[in-house]
Amino acid sequence: MSHKKLINDPLKVADELVEGLVEAYNGDCVHVGQRSLALKNIPDNKVALLVGGGSGHEPIYHGLVGKNLADGAACGDIFAAPPPDIVLEATQAVNKGNGVLYLYGNYAGDVMNFDIGAELAEEEDIDVRTVLIWDDVCSAPPTQKENRRGIAGLVPIVKLVGAASQSAQSLDELETFAKKAVLNTRSVGVSMSPGSIPATGKPTFDIDPDKIGLGMGIHGEPGVAEIPMKSADELTPMMLDLIFEDYEKDEEIDALAEGDEVLLFVNSLGSTTMMELLIALRKAREILNEKGIKTYDVIVGPLVTCQEMSGISFSLTKLDDELKKAWDLPCQSVCFSKMEGRYGG
Amino acid sequence: MAKESLSPNECRDMLLAVADKIIESEPILTDADRALGDGDHGIGMERGMKAVKEKLEGQDFDSIDKPFTTMGMAMMSSMGGASGAVFGTLFRAGGKALAEAESLGAAQVAAFFTAAAEGVQKRGGAKPGDKTMVDALVPAAEKAEEMKSESLATAIAAVAEAAEAGKVASEDLIATMGRAKTLGERSLGKPDAGAVSVSIIVATMSDYVAS
Repeated sequence: MSHKKLINDPLKVADELVEGLVEAYNGDCVHVGQRSLALKNIPDNKVALLVGGGSGHEPIYHGLVGKNLADGAACGDIFAAPPPDIVLEATQAVNKGNGVLYLYGNYAGDVMNFDIGAELAEEEDIDVRTVLIWDDVCSAPPTQKENRRGIAGLVPIVKLVGAASQSAQSLDELETFAKKAVLNTRSVGVSMSPGSIPATGKPTFDIDPDKIGLGMGIHGEPGVAEIPMKSADELTPMMLDLIFEDYEKDEEIDALAEGDEVLLFVNSLGSTTMMELLIALRKAREILNEKGIKTYDVIVGPLVTCQEMSGISFSLTKLDDELKKAWDLPCQSVCFSKMEGRYGG
Repeated sequence: MAKESLSPNECRDMLLAVADKIIESEPILTDADRALGDGDHGIGMERGMKAVKEKLEGQDFDSIDKPFTTMGMAMMSSMGGASGAVFGTLFRAGGKALAEAESLGAAQVAAFFTAAAEGVQKRGGAKPGDKTMVDALVPAAEKAEEMKSESLATAIAAVAEAAEAGKVASEDLIATMGRAKTLGERSLGKPDAGAVSVSIIVATMSDYVAS
């Protein structure tokens, strides 16, 4: 039986969800061009931050447009990259004369379309730079980061870069900061069952009902292995170990060590419940505490999803003083909001 | 009687014939992509070609590059995703190489396919052998260069044969790019859906010139 979805014309799902999102912002965001949105009041000369990607993963990416977050988002159709003219329209909307940073997940379709969008923008003398998000450690070894996918780590990354963009003096400065936020963020996901494509009702991938995909991507891309279903306390250390190992193997960053401070993000891929996330979070904190790694702050919830897919991911962002300062800034959006400072701060 | 060369509006009509043929071939493309990818290539190409028809039909062109570049932008805008970018680039990059030309002959066919193959490889990062559309497009471009002193009809017919042979050869390749790369050796024995599209596009161009 296919999953019941509350929609209208299946081919208009992406357009209608963006219209609804703009309504949710209640005037703080405006609908731009065919299918983009942008903050209403972006200060002159601000170095702009543009995010985006395929729709269907709400509340990201377009839900991350907001105060001290992204200035705009270019939205594609369901699970498809936004075409170049949509990227261009969003770029024009957020450009305030000091350059635009594109920050999005490393998928072939997104890279090609945003690159063409950037070429079109440059023909209009808009300065554009791109920083790709590639936090999924199971999608390629650390020596081949160009082949890694972007998954849930985008939430802390966009939050940090959005904060930094408020005071960045130049596109160069923001690009450098964004690269650091990406380098310091690593994720591992597990998928338990697929979501379904709104237009067809078909599942996004197939998996044995008794198995789970360790390291599987948010569209069902293969990961490390298909393994038997496990308890929360068995699965959590397996997943975190993959992240710890990645920091150890990667020559571009130091291994996580006692005394280090991290952001911990526990994400649901859609239908995995808050109850399950909290049970896993409890174990993750225990493991971090045992290693003497300090949890500076926590994000928990279904923020990077694939429809009613079930599964979970952990993301760790290793913090330094510059990143902590950016984290402490309050922010507000449909996807993610926080007050000044942090829990426990 | 085969055409010696094509005027800008004949180029438009040839591309409209390509659009119709691709729309008609949607079930073939869907099946090809369902075997190896996520099954959306046929629908995406159909959507792109409907947009192409809207942009080209009834429009007069005074240079031969414009029908091609217009087609490329229409595909990019309407299709999205990787295939919109790659097929849009094929026509946009190929068309840009015709900017100085007044009519389309064998030399312009060579210029078009050479620039298209370069543009697509640069955009998508695929090389020959990765089991993508490049495996039909690169042999087509190489053949076009070889045939650029021949008559238009002889040249484009040979280019179409080269694209078809490239598509067939892609059956024996293991995918290393795109969604099909996750299948590894399971991708053997079937052609790449993008290569199927390229072979249909070039065959339709050849049929138009021959008619």
